[in-house]
Amino acid sequence: MIYEGKKKIWAEYQKEIPEDHYFYVRSCIRQSFFPASEATFLDITRNKLGKDIFETEHHTTCGGIAYHSDTIPQETVMTIIARQFALMHKYGYENYVCSCITSFGLYCETMETWREFPELQQKIAENLWKTCHLEFAKPKFLVHASDLVFKYRMQIAAKSKFKLVNKNTGEPLRVVEHIGCHYSKMFPSKGVGGAEYPYVLVGMIEAWGGQIVDYPERRHCCGFGFRQYLIKSNRGYSLSNTHKKFESMEPFKPDMIITNCPGCPYFLDRWQYVIAETEGKTYGENGHGIPVFTYEEVAGLVMGYDPWDLGLQTHQVSVEPLLDKIGIPYDPAKKYLGKNGKYLGEPQKPQCLK
Amino acid sequence: MIDFGFGVSPSSRINLDKADKEKFNELAIAEPDVAKCMACGSCSASCTAAAFEDTSLRRAILSLQNGLCDDASKLLSHCMLCGKCTMVCPRGINTRHLILSIQKIYSL
Repeated sequence: MIYEGKKKIWAEYQKEIPEDHYFYVRSCIRQSFFPASEATFLDITRNKLGKDIFETEHHTTCGGIAYHSDTIPQETVMTIIARQFALMHKYGYENYVCSCITSFGLYCETMETWREFPELQQKIAENLWKTCHLEFAKPKFLVHASDLVFKYRMQIAAKSKFKLVNKNTGEPLRVVEHIGCHYSKMFPSKGVGGAEYPYVLVGMIEAWGGQIVDYPERRHCCGFGFRQYLIKSNRGYSLSNTHKKFESMEPFKPDMIITNCPGCPYFLDRWQYVIAETEGKTYGENGHGIPVFTYEEVAGLVMGYDPWDLGLQTHQVSVEPLLDKIGIPYDPAKKYLGKNGKYLGEPQKPQCLK
Repeated sequence: MIDFGFGVSPSSRINLDKADKEKFNELAIAEPDVAKCMACGSCSASCTAAAFEDTSLRRAILSLQNGLCDDASKLLSHCMLCGKCTMVCPRGINTRHLILSIQKIYSL
């Protein structure tokens, strides 16, 4: 294929991401499990890169957890989402950035439904006025926070203190990237690279010095799937998904995993503990697991943030072997200390997983 | 080991790199028609034994291609060699003879 032809085709997989001025909404799951990731995103974009990222305490959940658990109908979710968009409009913004992949998928689904059924959009606008007295509006650009970090990846690389390189060998770290299904599979045209060539995380890793690992089950779901874990008796489905991925990536000896979804880092991280305790199997070196990170945590690490300020002590799989590999300094004595130096308490050690 | 009340389900993933293809290659030499099968399922649909037992030549051929000999053995164990499948095969495969060759080569 001629080069121009390739460029033309690849251009169709691109996404328009405005440079600045965003209304930011947080994620319910990430605020609970990876609270430092969102704080890091805001710190990097606002304070390090000087971008205008606005957030308000008045925004709520997108309703995604309840919607995907079949506990609230779609019109209720749409009204919640219309309220979020109305808040964006009220504060004078047109670009909407969300922290959560579930939310991103749901926003895309809602916008597409409104486009397809204008009478439903009218009904939701009326619901919004009746319930909240807010004016209906839609964002001009809807992006996920990983889109923004992807957009700023070279600026982050320019300010980086570390590269994703093994300091002992000089070789790039072998990184598994795991894309959230609701980012690239539901509405492929809304993500960078579409469903076939999701590039959002690959671009970050390449820019920060790492090497991407390709393996057979690369595009397999992490096992999050709401119905698969909400009920205990179903959790074997979730665990088996994750197990299948790890069995597939194991021969390629990855150093770390980067994710852009709230559920993926949680399940890829925690299920390594469950697999170790039930099957006696670990996937990292010397009885360790493979550390799993959010893209903000990786951005924070390369920019020289303190690993404990990034919340890496809340991970199930210990991150210290990777920090040593890159050469990132950390104080083991401060691992379980809060911001004010108060001891937070130490979790019980797993039996199999180091 | 901890019992969480749930666990890893057996995977249906087949690693073809690890599958033993030696006997299937032997079968393909003895019965070249096995490569003609397009898995339409006419044989299974017309099978007399399939109404009573889990019998399917289509699935048996697929299992053999994937190196799952035990599965194939179960799927052919109730074949009565009536030959109805031979009459309906759109590819004209002598399925009755193929089943006999499978039983001979795989010692079923």
